[in-house]
Amino acid sequence: MKVETNAVAGTLESSDAMVTVEPNEGNGIDFELDSVVIHQFGNQIKKVVMETLDRLDVKDVRISVVDKGALDCTIKARVECAVYRSNHQTENLPWGGAIK
Amino acid sequence: MNPNKKRLRRTMMFLNCQKPGLIKDPYIYKPDSIMLDLEDAVAEGEKDAARYSLFHALQEIDYHGVERVVRINGLDTAYWKEDIRVCVAGGADSIRIPKCESAKDIKMVEDAIAAAEKEFGREEGSTLIMAAIESAMGVMKALEICEASDRLFGIALSGGDYTKDLQTTISGGGVELAGARQHLIIAARAAKVQCFDTVFTNLDDMEGFRKEVEMIKMMGFDGKSIVNPRQISVVHEIFTPTEKEIIFSEKVVKEIDEKKAQGIGVFTVDGKMIDIAFYDGAKRVIELAKASGVYKGDL
Amino acid sequence: MVNKVGREIPEEILKQTGKEVFQGIYYKDNTEFKKQGPVTKVVMNHDTSKMVGSIHEALVKCGAHDGMTLGFHHHFRDGDLVVNMVMEEVHKMGIKDVTICASSLGKAHDALVPMIEDGTITGIQSSGVRGKIGQAISEGKLKGLAIMRSHGGRVRAIQTGETTIDISFIGAPTCDDYGNCKGIGGKSDCGVLSYSFVDGNHANKVVAVTDCLVPFPNYPADINMTKVDYVCVVDQIGIPEKIATGAAKPTTDVRKLMMAEYCTQVVVNTPYFKDGFSYQTGVGGASIASAISLGKIMKERGIKMGFAVGGMSKAMCDLLDEGLIGKLLDTQDFDTAAVESVKRPNHHRISAGAYANPFNKGCFVNKLDYVILGALEIDVDFNCNVVVGSDGVITGAQGGHPDAAAGAKCTIVISPLIQGRIPAICTKVTTVTTPGESVDVVVTDYGVAVNPNRPDLLEALKAADCVPLYTIEELRDMAYSITGEPEPVQFDDRIVGIIEGRDGTVMDVVHKIKEFTFEDEK
Repeated sequence: MKVETNAVAGTLESSDAMVTVEPNEGNGIDFELDSVVIHQFGNQIKKVVMETLDRLDVKDVRISVVDKGALDCTIKARVECAVYRSNHQTENLPWGGAIK
Repeated sequence: MNPNKKRLRRTMMFLNCQKPGLIKDPYIYKPDSIMLDLEDAVAEGEKDAARYSLFHALQEIDYHGVERVVRINGLDTAYWKEDIRVCVAGGADSIRIPKCESAKDIKMVEDAIAAAEKEFGREEGSTLIMAAIESAMGVMKALEICEASDRLFGIALSGGDYTKDLQTTISGGGVELAGARQHLIIAARAAKVQCFDTVFTNLDDMEGFRKEVEMIKMMGFDGKSIVNPRQISVVHEIFTPTEKEIIFSEKVVKEIDEKKAQGIGVFTVDGKMIDIAFYDGAKRVIELAKASGVYKGDL
Repeated sequence: MVNKVGREIPEEILKQTGKEVFQGIYYKDNTEFKKQGPVTKVVMNHDTSKMVGSIHEALVKCGAHDGMTLGFHHHFRDGDLVVNMVMEEVHKMGIKDVTICASSLGKAHDALVPMIEDGTITGIQSSGVRGKIGQAISEGKLKGLAIMRSHGGRVRAIQTGETTIDISFIGAPTCDDYGNCKGIGGKSDCGVLSYSFVDGNHANKVVAVTDCLVPFPNYPADINMTKVDYVCVVDQIGIPEKIATGAAKPTTDVRKLMMAEYCTQVVVNTPYFKDGFSYQTGVGGASIASAISLGKIMKERGIKMGFAVGGMSKAMCDLLDEGLIGKLLDTQDFDTAAVESVKRPNHHRISAGAYANPFNKGCFVNKLDYVILGALEIDVDFNCNVVVGSDGVITGAQGGHPDAAAGAKCTIVISPLIQGRIPAICTKVTTVTTPGESVDVVVTDYGVAVNPNRPDLLEALKAADCVPLYTIEELRDMAYSITGEPEPVQFDDRIVGIIEGRDGTVMDVVHKIKEFTFEDEK
């Protein structure tokens, strides 16, 4: 899937994360993380973001995550939401498929 | 019949799907059900975001046996169909339909659920329905709503919208809700489904809350919608059978089991005339006692 | 060398500090030492005035010099103005290499950071440090080692002569012209001056700093004139609303109430809960809620508390008023209700030494049945961390935590199982401040774990069937199943501070923080 426009999902409340995606045509994935638990879960968050992007078949994106202690399920939800928003798709989503 | 239709539902706690901090471990408060809300609690621009959170919460969070009901957006919105898809795909136990006014509303949702169950390979009939009654029309049509679907396990009064429709307000005393409460519980019982009371929003008035729960229990309601975990223990306490009730019910169940085998239809327990009509009620008391952790017997 | 709580303490640190590693909470029991007395400049002439016109004059008269150690108390907490006032003057005078030996330092002292950076301050000894000083130490800005020591440990360090305070500045809410100081009264009323008693007894020079000079004699005094060299009147020593807050409304947070209920159940179902029992608690929402619910059960069962000790808040003072507590032994007042209560009979002001010093002939914590404490992290060996935050930065204080834990017969630590995404129950705490051997019960919102070295308590709680019991490993696993398994904080090799055991041994070291590096970018 192609990231077509800039899009944001999530909040800066405790236990949430704010994910921003921007188009990055032909330049692969640029990942940036700011987390209150970066020491404990930085590697895990990166892994979850990369796996989620992979499932969504996103090859080129600038993605930044500002994390306030979100669990993996929330990180996934925010990444997916931002990517689909960048595509303006809100219906007939592949629940249980690319969204897993 | 889906066995979950009759499960214990004393407390159903509303939670905003869009708040990760709220939905990560509400089971520690031990409600019977949680109601993950996609409707009023979620801002218009975040309806999509709430669905992703809901899907992963349903799939990945272990709610330790607490029933997961999802309140979808109204049938007059553009959201409800996708809401149903995500609920079914995620494996929600039940779907609450807001603002129900006719059997047709239930049928529409039933069809969409059936289609989604097929699409996502879920067992047919595994997703239950409950209907929220929020208008005068809904109250008048309560019986047809209760009878509209095999999936429907119960109806709930939503007092806020209902009183607006009646052109009055919530007084705290309950006079404005009296007719609707009475009507809904009668309709629900006629259709053999459960009935739930509306929320009590003044968290500072725990005494008023307690009185209201005592009242709705006496009216026959199965449980109450909850807006704060503080309210849970009060409801559970009031719905816990007394020791006297438990002992009596235990005798009734045991005697009926025994006498049935002997072919005796009517007999006495503690001087009271008992027949098979007492059986379900006594069973219900034992189930409530078990859920409340006060039953130590062998039934 | 690996110490009793499994922490590697580098040889160079032992050499540099002359300390031993921690070897168990009773390692120094029955040892002997001779107390270090202060240099005393006698005042015989009745014409001698102790009044000085300014902090500057006090510093000069006390012989302020490079490399000196200054003492301060933290009774004014976030409302303290004394430390900054003195240090600004020290800074202006160009004095270098100063060590601050305070009972605690906090957000009120952010202004000291530039003085750490320019070498005015090169040593810090404190119960802990919150705010920007903690950040600065963790970033390696302090030239010397920061020493984090408990309230009891500070008294020990001063009495043994490990630390010699050259000048102690005692912020006194009321004081007369001859140096009789009280914690009560005035504009900056803080109730007690417990942490300063040891400064009065052992600092070579003592300066009373007050904003409320009262007629002689200000008696009975907390710090007696016989120990005070100079009295300095300034405009303001504290900000009242930040010294003692209004009493916090009892919490309505169900999670905290659940922990409070579990805690109360643990107390009332263990064998020490009988008439005349003793108790200490903190000011967290759950602790206060637990004290309130405990009070109800005490009333129902006709059980009274013999004494309560430590920091005081409204909840405990209310129990005193209701006749449910024999004596309050007060070292610190957290709210205005507690400050007021100090004036009542049976509410006694005690010194930090009487409260918690491990190196005297027996202190109050030794007589405690129960203490209720909090913690940032607790590991499966029951070791607690109350100083270093999840980002690796020094962010809290030992306070009386290790003292009361070691003293009490039943030490209960309360913490939510998960804070944000940080599991509070973990395999290994970032830094050990309180050794697991002194922690008996851990209470979380998910359930309760009892230290396996206390089978008696476990049996009592099992028999009472009053709380959900788990092993500490089970609690950790529950936490990890929700959060995932945390990786340890990535630290720099340099050691910036030590966590001192209350007996002066080394419990743990604190490393300089460093920027996080992803696994795949190393």
